[in-house]
Amino acid sequence: MATAAAHLTTGTPAHDAPDGAEGTDGNQRAFDAAVAADERIEPRDWMPDAYRATLVRQIAQHAHSEIIGMQPEANWITRAPSLRRKAILMAKVQDEAGHGLYLYSAAETLGTSREELLDKLHTGRQKYSSIFNYPTLTWADVGAIGWLVDGAAITNQVPLCRCSYGPYARAMVRICKEESFHQRQGYELLLALSRGTPEQHAMAQDAVNRWWWPSLMMFGPPDDASQHSAQSMAWKIKRHSNDELRQRFVDICVPQAESLGLTLPDPDLKWNEERGHHDFGAIDWTEFQAVLKGNGPCNEQRLTQRRRAHDEGAWVREAAAAHAAKHSGRTGATDSAGTGATGTAGTTDTADAAGRTGAKQA
Amino acid sequence: MTATVATTAALALGDDALVLSHRLGEWAGHAPVLEEEVALANIALDLLGQARVLLSMVGDEDELAYLREERAFTNLQLVEQPNGDFAHTIARQLYFSTYQHLLYAALAGGEGEFAPLAAKAVNEVAYHRDHAEQWTLRLGDGTDVGHERMRRACEALWRFTGEMFQPVAGLDVDWAGLEAAWLESVGDVLERATLTLPEGPRVTAWSAGAGRQGVHTEPFGRMLAEMQHLHRSHPGASW
Repeated sequence: MATAAAHLTTGTPAHDAPDGAEGTDGNQRAFDAAVAADERIEPRDWMPDAYRATLVRQIAQHAHSEIIGMQPEANWITRAPSLRRKAILMAKVQDEAGHGLYLYSAAETLGTSREELLDKLHTGRQKYSSIFNYPTLTWADVGAIGWLVDGAAITNQVPLCRCSYGPYARAMVRICKEESFHQRQGYELLLALSRGTPEQHAMAQDAVNRWWWPSLMMFGPPDDASQHSAQSMAWKIKRHSNDELRQRFVDICVPQAESLGLTLPDPDLKWNEERGHHDFGAIDWTEFQAVLKGNGPCNEQRLTQRRRAHDEGAWVREAAAAHAAKHSGRTGATDSAGTGATGTAGTTDTADAAGRTGAKQA
Repeated sequence: MTATVATTAALALGDDALVLSHRLGEWAGHAPVLEEEVALANIALDLLGQARVLLSMVGDEDELAYLREERAFTNLQLVEQPNGDFAHTIARQLYFSTYQHLLYAALAGGEGEFAPLAAKAVNEVAYHRDHAEQWTLRLGDGTDVGHERMRRACEALWRFTGEMFQPVAGLDVDWAGLEAAWLESVGDVLERATLTLPEGPRVTAWSAGAGRQGVHTEPFGRMLAEMQHLHRSHPGASW
């Protein structure tokens, strides 16, 4: 956060100060001014408790969606029909794990921890995007997810690159770049099927038929039924209403479907000259509510697999933490299971240092 | 496809990479920590990239991957072994990536036709080997449970390790030297992990070089059935 609210960060991190203390009015005014001036709120800045709670909820749900969202696509990794497609799909699922990691880090800047958030996911106290409760029944579903689900996600997320909370906005810049790449790959996968054999074309059409309406539901309830929207827009966490983004998505998809040679499963879909937008049919909000409540086709399966991966991995995380504690020497208390268990290229150096320490002692 | 020594070697190396990549791909969404989702997928992708280059030296990569039957695959039996628990996956990675790193380093230093490929891949494989070593240390020298699981995994896969040093026609390598270096390296890692080299035979009566001759273990056919099903269901289609 720059000029208008710079004075907020003097002294200790402002969020340690009790809310409702005498300075709060001043903090609130400075916060409002910073938001009004389109400045970024940063982790050490004062922020209203409700703003913090909303962001934790939204970023955690976003992170959880990336992690659960790996499942429907990973379902096809072992069956991908060409080595090129297999590589693309593996890279995509890997990116999603990476997005989950960025987003948990962004959420952690608000004073929570990845462990705590995962626990809330596993116990159903925090949600993930309802779209991932639909099954991937054919290979074409991988393409439909790329084109429609990632397309909807991008429409939702590009405005978040200008979100008022700095760490979230910066994570979204990176994520949106990768997502738009995935979206193009999904489109290209469907195009190959659509132009392929009659069986492939039918497979593509069937996938689009099944994923179209759930994708429209990704924008959330209609504006008049969206409980968090007004406040989120006032805080500049959100920039556009659900219905506005949904309309934008429909308008983008219609010409894309035409060039794919596929139809969208909505008899009421047609161009409205007066509005300059496409009109489209009514969304089945009963289905949306049922999926949200846990009664979609895959809710049980997705959460069970996530819990199982976590539970079956417990001994691995414990071993990593115990090893780190034994060989902490220089790294000390900071080498918790979270950092000690990393095996990614970027953190290999840390792991290597720990390993060499072990060698000297042996 | 003509069975020259070069195609024999390219298929052997390509099949190793293809099959292990597939096994690692099965971990997606099941890893014990998010960082391992990234790491295992990363290794799987590296291996798939190597497989595609190697198979393309022989013919059409997709025909070779999707239309050969079990008896025509020449990968090591080690890489086709099911993932098991995380310790089994790591033991398999330790054994194979140590082998592959030593082999590719040797090939990269030679003048054979695999030198350019090996020179590029050896850097990736060095990372795979490091990853496997670090996890072997954590699991072996962490908790009692981890130690026991890692010990069992190392023992269970030990009988598949002798096959790695059966000479492959077309690869100009000092196989005995490779085997000695492998034993020393794996022995050193296991010692640092407070484990010991398993004592059983590294080559059993039926597994000596069998994978290289197209004789595989039972789980492999099932793996191929899953891998090839969609491709085979649409003959001649492009994807």
